[in-house]
Amino acid sequence: MHKTISMTALGLILAASVSAAEAKTLVFCSEGSPEGFNPSLYTAGTTFDASSRQVFNRLVEFTTGTTNIEPALAESWEISDDGLEYTFKLRKGVKWQSTKTFTPSRDFNADDVIFSFARQWDKNHPYHGVSGGSYEYFNGMSMPDLIKDIVKVDDHTVKFVLNRPEAPMIANLGMDFASILSAEYADKMMEAGTPEKVDLEPVGTGPFKLVAYQKDAVIRYQAHPDYWKGKADIDNLIFAITPEANVRYQKLKAGECHVMPYPNPADIEAMKADPDINLLEQEGLNVGYLAYNALKPPFDNPKVRKALNMAINKQAIIDGVFQGAGKIAKNPIPPTIWSYNENTVDDPYDPVAAKKMLEEAGVTNLKTSVWAMPVQRPYNPDARTMAELIQADWKKIGVEAEIVSYEWGEYLERSKDKDRDGAVLLGWTGDNGDPDNFLAVLLGCDGVGGSNRANWCHQPFEDLIQQAKTVSDNDKRTNLYKEAQIVFKEQAPWATIAHSVVFKPVRKEVKNFKIDPFGGHVFYGVDIEE
Amino acid sequence: MLRFFLTKLGQLVPTFFGITIVAFAFIRLLPGDPVTLLAGERGVTPERHAELMKQFGFDKPAWEQYLYYIGDVLQGDLGKSLVTKQPVLEEFFTLFPATLELSFCAIIFAVALGLPAGIIAAVKRGSWFDHSLMGVALTGYSMPIFWWALLLIILFSTPPLSWTPVSGRIDILYFFDQPTGFMLIDSLLSGEKGAFTSALRHLILPTIVLGTIPLAVIARQTRSAMLEVLGEDYVRTARAKGLSPWRVIGLHALRNALIPVITVIGLSVGVLLAGAILTETIFAWPGIGKWMVDSIFRRDYPSVQGGLLLIAGIVMIVNLTVDLLYGLINPRIRYQR
Repeated sequence: MHKTISMTALGLILAASVSAAEAKTLVFCSEGSPEGFNPSLYTAGTTFDASSRQVFNRLVEFTTGTTNIEPALAESWEISDDGLEYTFKLRKGVKWQSTKTFTPSRDFNADDVIFSFARQWDKNHPYHGVSGGSYEYFNGMSMPDLIKDIVKVDDHTVKFVLNRPEAPMIANLGMDFASILSAEYADKMMEAGTPEKVDLEPVGTGPFKLVAYQKDAVIRYQAHPDYWKGKADIDNLIFAITPEANVRYQKLKAGECHVMPYPNPADIEAMKADPDINLLEQEGLNVGYLAYNALKPPFDNPKVRKALNMAINKQAIIDGVFQGAGKIAKNPIPPTIWSYNENTVDDPYDPVAAKKMLEEAGVTNLKTSVWAMPVQRPYNPDARTMAELIQADWKKIGVEAEIVSYEWGEYLERSKDKDRDGAVLLGWTGDNGDPDNFLAVLLGCDGVGGSNRANWCHQPFEDLIQQAKTVSDNDKRTNLYKEAQIVFKEQAPWATIAHSVVFKPVRKEVKNFKIDPFGGHVFYGVDIEE
Repeated sequence: MLRFFLTKLGQLVPTFFGITIVAFAFIRLLPGDPVTLLAGERGVTPERHAELMKQFGFDKPAWEQYLYYIGDVLQGDLGKSLVTKQPVLEEFFTLFPATLELSFCAIIFAVALGLPAGIIAAVKRGSWFDHSLMGVALTGYSMPIFWWALLLIILFSTPPLSWTPVSGRIDILYFFDQPTGFMLIDSLLSGEKGAFTSALRHLILPTIVLGTIPLAVIARQTRSAMLEVLGEDYVRTARAKGLSPWRVIGLHALRNALIPVITVIGLSVGVLLAGAILTETIFAWPGIGKWMVDSIFRRDYPSVQGGLLLIAGIVMIVNLTVDLLYGLINPRIRYQR
């Protein structure tokens, strides 16, 4: 008897150790703690990595590694001829995750879609105020103005009715804030008097389910066994939160993690040389720019702006500020976005010609300022140095520039001022891979005194981007945006400086990891080879 | 002794209110507000900005906000974080055990090495040991924490040595409940094989890094306090009585030399609790230091106010304890009027 028990115990131990050996665990050394686990409440990429990109799905999604849209929870969709009605056919047989506190009784359906959007849209929805909801992305993408109605046609059909045609609508629905949450789970939690749990202990349809989270330490996920695209290749996904870039690199070297984000530029060369590390690279979905104030003379003259652009040695900036982790920008949108115009010609670096152009425009002894951001951003890792380089470049053509800087919140606020003196260094990271998200937000007439830091409202350009908003044919839109980029280049409201190059070090045993142009980290489809 | 205790305790009340005002004003004096920072490059419209400020209650005059705040504080409610929407008190006490555990180990490390080193240096004054110890202490005191930590990690945590883990509190493959929040205790309670050793190994480098400066300060302070006491008449008398040298040092000299040393240790605790920021960031140690810095950057008013208040409260309690310890060690202090 005794022997039997110990044999059984031994068998159990063996079985356990075999399954432990077979279970594949991928460790991601993430850079910080998520703000929570409901992507519609927050705006930080760190939060999206931990929530929308692992736990949830959206009606449409971006094909991993691209900005192209593919069907996800919606199998297909139709757009009415007037561009005002979007009808989505929902996928059947999509299973919700089960957690310690919730076991779903039904598959995904139209109620979940309605709930996920109504919560953000309808101020009287019982969930609207839960977790202090302010839904910045939903508002930021102008969804409240855009949506007229969301209608459940049947259990597997949902219709969005818009107030005006908006071609980027489909791309908006692929964004993190548009993740679909379980209406059944929300109802259960409301009944139990704990509605905040929906945002802290998420239940999604995505490839991984959240198992445990310890703030500032670790997040644990398990593969969702019934995932509609098929179970993930890895069984466990762990985020080991490691805020310091140097330390992330040491952990990667020591084999304590498989993938790390945001390496230090100074470590790139060593990573390239390390036989245990694959260094992936891609241009980021961003642009760093210097915006003149087109409302203030002499910067209202395109010739002056152009001359100043020609005086800036961009290659020196790429070498000195980006240390190679950047590419010169000639267009206001990055090359990873569709409709990027390959044919525009960048202003050549030519101080002599620049000086002459300034004189021709009647500008002498120009005194101005360059604004340097106080923070690091992917599109500008060191604004101070960049400003100093520009200052030195301009000095060569007789332009005196003073460098000014403010605390970040203050900087963002003051740089919007229409009466602002000087040119502002700033940038933008794309949200939905749509050109509209750059061109209309940053250069449209509505943005003057706000996100359009150049205060540049140029009718021919405005007409092009407004027209592109209303056309749903992608080829037509592409042509309109290509033309808009030519107008932009002629008018030169900005000096386009750089697009960052994103580096992603992963260990050799990691297979199929793709850099996400949106800056996220997607682990579905990734495998580990021992 | 009771009167001494009550007097000291009474002095804490105005200090406490002072701190609530400082904490409240400090974060508001910083330029920028939480709404603007949350929005970033995207920006918010002035209407939306006003709406959100109202929602957070920041549209009212500062004095009114303070009155609401202090009212809540007196009822034990420190508010909710603007970012995570979680109660500040809950967030603080989830993270605090990690900081406490690390600070405790660092102070033990500093005292265990610093005290004997200081005593030996004082007794062997002018010897090579004394000179080299003071040199090392000065180096330790002026060591940039960041550089020191990375140096240790590169030396000991990566191949070829790989003796200690790079960062974290325990190997991430261990997964168990943490009822106390103290990893050393929880790993023992979990009964998982190897968990305790793993937690201990993870503590080594952060302890050394955080303990280095207090170690240097304690060693130097002990040495100078000992030197002063060793020249006193009663020590000479004890020696003249024919007591063994170590008895003279250990019993007669050390006890009196300890007062300034305890002061330094007490002050170090405050510094450690609030100053573990760099160490916690480097070693991905989930404590309150990093949480405070994040909260300041995000202008998360309730978290910063609450955090400052709690840290200050804890430091006050530690100082009170130190004051009481003086009283125990030195009766002259107890009976002062």
